[in-house]
Amino acid sequence: MLSFHSSNIVSKTKTIGRRMFLLSSIKAVVLFGIFGRLAWLQINDSTKYRSLADKNRFRETKIAPPRGIIKDYFGNEIASNSKIYQLHIIPDNTPNINVFLVRLKSIIDLSNEKIFLLKKQIAKKKSWDTTVISDNLTWSEFSKINLFLHELQGAQPIVSVARFYKDSSSAHAIGYVSEISPRDLRTKKYLQNLNVESVAIGKTGLESTLDEEMLGSPGYLRYEVNAYGKKVKQVATNVGLKGKAFRTTLDQSIQNISAEALQDVSGAVCVMDIYNGDIISMVSSPNFNPNSFVHGVDKDEWKKLTEDRDKPMLNKAISGLYPPGSTIKTLTALSALENDIMNPRQLIDCKGYIDLHGERFHCWKKRGHGVLSMKTAIKRSCDVYFYEVSRKLGIDRLSKTAKKFGLGQKVLTTYAEEKAGTVPSTKWKLNQIGKNWYIGETLHSGIGQGYFLSTPLQLCLMTAQLANGGFKIKPRILVDDNNVANNLQKYLENKKANPNDPSTVDQQIFNFNLEPLFRNQENINFVKDAMFAASNEPGGTSYASRHTDKKFKFAGKTGSSQIKRFTPEQREAETKQKDITYLERDHAWFVAFAPVDNPQYAISVLVEHGGSGSSAAAPVAKKIIKKVIERHETRAAQTNQQTGQTI
Amino acid sequence: MLYQRTLIHTPFTIKDKIFDLDFMLLLSILILGIISMFAQYSSSGGQFDYHAKSHAIRFCIFFILFLAVSFVNIRFWNDYSLLIFIFLILLLVAVKFFGVQSQGSRRWINLFVFNLQPSELMKIGIILFLSNYYHKISSGDVNKFRYLLYPAIALLIPFMLVLTQPDLGTAILILISGVVITWLSGVRWKIFAYLSGLLIILAPVAISFLKPYQKSRILTFLNPDSDPLGAGYQIIQSKIAIGSGGLFGKGFLNGSQAYLNFLPEKHTDFIFTLYSEEFGFIGSALMVLLYFVITYRIILIGNTTRSIFGKLYCFGFATAFFIYVAVNMSMVLGLLPIVGAPLPILSYGGSSMLAMMFGLGIVMSCKVYKNNAIG
Repeated sequence: MLSFHSSNIVSKTKTIGRRMFLLSSIKAVVLFGIFGRLAWLQINDSTKYRSLADKNRFRETKIAPPRGIIKDYFGNEIASNSKIYQLHIIPDNTPNINVFLVRLKSIIDLSNEKIFLLKKQIAKKKSWDTTVISDNLTWSEFSKINLFLHELQGAQPIVSVARFYKDSSSAHAIGYVSEISPRDLRTKKYLQNLNVESVAIGKTGLESTLDEEMLGSPGYLRYEVNAYGKKVKQVATNVGLKGKAFRTTLDQSIQNISAEALQDVSGAVCVMDIYNGDIISMVSSPNFNPNSFVHGVDKDEWKKLTEDRDKPMLNKAISGLYPPGSTIKTLTALSALENDIMNPRQLIDCKGYIDLHGERFHCWKKRGHGVLSMKTAIKRSCDVYFYEVSRKLGIDRLSKTAKKFGLGQKVLTTYAEEKAGTVPSTKWKLNQIGKNWYIGETLHSGIGQGYFLSTPLQLCLMTAQLANGGFKIKPRILVDDNNVANNLQKYLENKKANPNDPSTVDQQIFNFNLEPLFRNQENINFVKDAMFAASNEPGGTSYASRHTDKKFKFAGKTGSSQIKRFTPEQREAETKQKDITYLERDHAWFVAFAPVDNPQYAISVLVEHGGSGSSAAAPVAKKIIKKVIERHETRAAQTNQQTGQTI
Repeated sequence: MLYQRTLIHTPFTIKDKIFDLDFMLLLSILILGIISMFAQYSSSGGQFDYHAKSHAIRFCIFFILFLAVSFVNIRFWNDYSLLIFIFLILLLVAVKFFGVQSQGSRRWINLFVFNLQPSELMKIGIILFLSNYYHKISSGDVNKFRYLLYPAIALLIPFMLVLTQPDLGTAILILISGVVITWLSGVRWKIFAYLSGLLIILAPVAISFLKPYQKSRILTFLNPDSDPLGAGYQIIQSKIAIGSGGLFGKGFLNGSQAYLNFLPEKHTDFIFTLYSEEFGFIGSALMVLLYFVITYRIILIGNTTRSIFGKLYCFGFATAFFIYVAVNMSMVLGLLPIVGAPLPILSYGGSSMLAMMFGLGIVMSCKVYKNNAIG
């Protein structure tokens, strides 16, 4: 019994031991497998998994860096950044959102609609996400909230920065910023990777053109979040790179004067340095308050702005198209002289009208100007004289000269909204309208009516290029990084330094690589003389608006562009412009350069439906020219100081 | 008779019994228990009150139970193994009728103090019962059909009861434990080969009985990236947590994956992931080593104990213990599909801890009474 038992135990023990050894070997293999896997994950692949873990735990909120500042020529900030006061709320930190809003309503002004919208907004978001209750509080509201903060659990008063425009005079030239619209996201590539919440972007003007550079690169707030997306703590902040600042050629004080001069009318003013093409002033009237767009313009204000008869949102200086009227006579005369069509001493008798092929063309002066030379015709702006000039000249030669002086094409590259206008020619009409050119249309074109369309800036450029002696300039509104003198300025300096330079004009043009717009500079001088006469000799169209102080004397040409032709009855009755409906009155033009002895600046003034250039536009120009010349020394000093230096 | 006398050596005093304890095993269990408290402290986000406290209380109570079981004569456990087994079967049947249901399965009996999971205890019960059975029959009878049928039925009853709770993971672990004991006791290779063949043939049928979530777990295991936010989420996040721990880990209480709740079930099945993220490869390797030491000590005890019951129990328990550890670790390391399998002692859960400490207690009893012959 015992022996059986023990032999049984021995055989069982042997079997168990053998099989256990096998099992242990398998265990060892499995153990190595686990060790290997651990080493693989934690040593070999640990970098990969660490980055995956960080991707899990970090969320970044991008923050907009301060937008680049836009300054005027003297460093005054036109578009700057200012502190704004906001109120945010995290619903999680508030015991009861309804009670909160009721309490808040008793502290600051909150409409019931706004409360309704806020509740909807809060309901849509996660309870730990921030909702902006107000993004632009006044200082008094903000301090009130801070005073009652203990009753507003969950409220976060925040001080942030936003675009601020000191005044509205440059509203059009600079433009405005506002919230990103879905359309912006579609059309502007650089916004697609921006991903910053509540950033304002440029919508018009320079704000729009330079938007990408002025935005800067966004910074971020990095949070640690849990698996449900709730922010646990803030781990890092990067303020980003602030946007690039830009300096313009504008002069804020002249902007103010221009805006003031246009206060009660609808129109535009452009002032340009005739040698380097710097735009010193560019104002459109009426203007709008760009600040009201920064946080989203309210519906009523937007409606008011877009439905206004005078189109305050339009930058009339570059986007407004008007027939140039009599201001074009400077070019008609020049073209005739350059093409040897007319002798300036040729006399023509103005009877108040001429007849051509059975059609009657009227002069603005019903009784006529009598016998005139070309100079007198410019001075007194006789239409009949220029009917005759343009009849001989033909539209295509006039068209060529007009284009040469900058009409019919965009002046600047910095505005998306700029319009090119129209310089008609026989070819143009055939292409655009599909009809042949009539000689009668040449007569209308010769006095700047008909198909001719131009912007105030184009006429300012035209005047500047006449005033500087007929040289091509490249207008600009932004100061480049390398603010070096251009060829024309070097040429002038040389002329000043060596008054007895024996070389001819042609040689100098060659030496300084200039682009002359004339064949014979005498013709340019003739036009300038005629403009001087128009402003400074009795009988001149702008004689009434002249400056008597020699320092401020200017030479200019008036113009009025017809909206609607007079009926024979009106003509007979000698109806005054102010007696007809506002929208049918002529646009008033005035272009000029100053000072006459040593021209420096050109100006163009447009007054929509102003009646006549001499009564509506010239007085505006007079005011502005005085200020521009007063500022000349300061500007010249600034230019000398900056030349060759980076800004 | 003289031989008999030395063979049946029973320690008479408490002092003798204490000195006969395997201190290496005891120390390893204590270290594991202490680590488990820290791990649970971390899983509650650095709070003692939540999981760590009850885990610590349980560990203390069950450690005392472990010592108490150790000092009970091995003969007692042999004699009562059938009774314990039947009692556990009855508990499993009771679960069917009075069980507490949670997340679609009925696994627990409400004992008011805590919910008992009889299937966890059955993991030990089956080893105990089969060790006793193969201890009793002679080596010649092992391969006879009549003697094979009995344990097969005894194994299938708890297996089916647990499988239909449903709890696939535990059912498979019970089955494997039973098969291991049967194999150890000398049942021919051929029979296992036939059974495996049958299993492979029946596998497609078995798969059709799987619940959709079980199927998706297997599919997810094969390709975790197919549904990274759904079924694949757990395994992906677990791998990220372990991998990001690196060589030295992120430090105690600094595991971002666990702390920020990316890790699911971090106090139970995925406790090793949490530990591994915080203590890195070095900590994890030491932990694996600790489990290995425990397994190794149990095998050594099996070698020294005289009785067949003791040997079978120790080897069976060592293997089962090792399988629990290996399955859980392979699961969190992405080597096996996700099946509910807790990590012994480290995972939060009373029944699992009770079963493990009770099982280890019997092992210790084998050591203390290693020279006892069993009739």
